[in-house]
Amino acid sequence: MKSIEDLKRIREEAKAKMSMRIESDYKYRVVVGMATCGIAAGARPVLNTLVEEVAKHKLPVSILQTGCIGMCTLEPMVEVYDKDNNKTTYCLVDSNKAKEIVVKHLIEGQVIEEYTVGQYKK
Amino acid sequence: MEELALNILDIIYNSIKAKATFIRLYILDSIKDNIIRIRIEDNGVGMRKDILKKVTDPFFTTRKTRKVGLGTSLLKQMCEDTEGEFKISSKENEGTVVEASFRKDHLDTPPMGDLGDTMVCLVSADISIDYEFTYQDDEHIFEFKTKEFKEILEDVPINNADILLYIRDYIRKGVKNEID
Repeated sequence: MKSIEDLKRIREEAKAKMSMRIESDYKYRVVVGMATCGIAAGARPVLNTLVEEVAKHKLPVSILQTGCIGMCTLEPMVEVYDKDNNKTTYCLVDSNKAKEIVVKHLIEGQVIEEYTVGQYKK
Repeated sequence: MEELALNILDIIYNSIKAKATFIRLYILDSIKDNIIRIRIEDNGVGMRKDILKKVTDPFFTTRKTRKVGLGTSLLKQMCEDTEGEFKISSKENEGTVVEASFRKDHLDTPPMGDLGDTMVCLVSADISIDYEFTYQDDEHIFEFKTKEFKEILEDVPINNADILLYIRDYIRKGVKNEID
């Protein structure tokens, strides 16, 4: 398995998807904290889950990374930016919460208040 | 950290922060020689000698968001706890080399963990960076070069979600010697 032919096939599928999509389709940017604190708290599976879910639901979402934002005890943290740059910060995220964030926030447009940083720190 | 693959991820982020455009990761995982050896080489901005001396001190960091720097000091501690060795060398404007070894059968040596997950994070952190990853055990050598992948991908970005999942699978299988 996993020959270069597979990669070429996935490339062609990706090209087809890209050609159907325009820049304004990109509704959200998702940013994951990936400093030592984030990694130790479980940011790597969170980022991998986000990639899986974005691929599964074929979402026009870009997944980015950042360093330590200074609230290490609340890691893993995930920030969701909408088109107007409004930011929602989710904290203590794990793979299950990441899946919920994808479905509720990125697909349905609903902020999940109980996972946001506001519930922990004012 | 409960996986060496997490330490590797953490240390390579230092290379990314040092503006590296090329990063080489070499892993030797040998039962025969009872050793795990990890070598990370980058072409980033490097460090002055006085900074280099301080990087394994947990109370030293260049960041401003918190007062401790854990990544490098943590890895050094882990090497020493497992009768391994930790070395770091650096030259300003040339780059940095980190070498860490562990006695493979030592109780405190963490498992290698998921290098596929780690590579997904690294490749998507900054798509302009090129990686050369070599994994060697007693049976085989596996190589992954982002440059070769990018050539095949043409104008599809390497951080495309479907491509990242392909790479993850490719790395997981490559490490286990399951690629034809």
